[in-house]
Amino acid sequence: MAEKPRLKLPKEAKKGEVIEIKTLLPHVMESGQRKDKDGKAIPRKIINKFVCEFNGKPVFTADIEPAVAANPYMQFHARVEESGTFKFTWTDDDGTVTTAEESITVS
Amino acid sequence: MRQLSRRAALALGASGAAATFIGLPDSVSAAAKEAADQIAKFTGGKTAEKSKVSIELPEIAENGNTVPLSVSVDAPMVGDNYVSEILVVADGNPNPGVATFRFSPLSGKAEASTRIRLAATQNIIAVAKTSKGELFTNQKLVKVTIGGCGG
Repeated sequence: MAEKPRLKLPKEAKKGEVIEIKTLLPHVMESGQRKDKDGKAIPRKIINKFVCEFNGKPVFTADIEPAVAANPYMQFHARVEESGTFKFTWTDDDGTVTTAEESITVS
Repeated sequence: MRQLSRRAALALGASGAAATFIGLPDSVSAAAKEAADQIAKFTGGKTAEKSKVSIELPEIAENGNTVPLSVSVDAPMVGDNYVSEILVVADGNPNPGVATFRFSPLSGKAEASTRIRLAATQNIIAVAKTSKGELFTNQKLVKVTIGGCGG
């Protein structure tokens, strides 16, 4: 756990431009469907929510079910009108919250 | 005698395989029903128009453990007229829910991509809701060679 999320987005953009953002968090995404070698169900442990905000305003949110594959990958877009900071938040079933930030200069 | 028992064992194996095969449609329809329930909850029982939504998926997914999925809606994303949510369900998974994507005018585009798990060949259904309450939908069949739920 506590592995670093990976982010991919431009450092600079023009005002009003729609940019592409790619994120990935290394995580097992245990579905709760699998059984261990003694036949006991392995308890579910997934990232159930992903949030992206820009300067405190919501951009994109995903409510995630166990059907999302391990190392949850999210690709989406954002329209940038001003320079600022993107904040990314991943919430684990166990309450652990992983965050990451990335700034962008808009001209 | 020995030969006979071997044949009997083979026959038993074959009938066993047939039984699991016959058992399949039941579980599929149960999942499909749950998927329909989730969609009805999302739409509030209204019918979604089959347009504007595109789903990108491989036609054949060799490994159900990680299947690239992309959903998008051809609709404006400005001010008070934007795509607010897209619900994605897989009607043949043990839990049909896949994800709900929520957008804002700051999203710029109503498009999201991720990677999903699929237990078997099934339909992926996406339903989009706009800020004005319009509903759009689409679905796509994906063939899965090896299931990804680790049974």
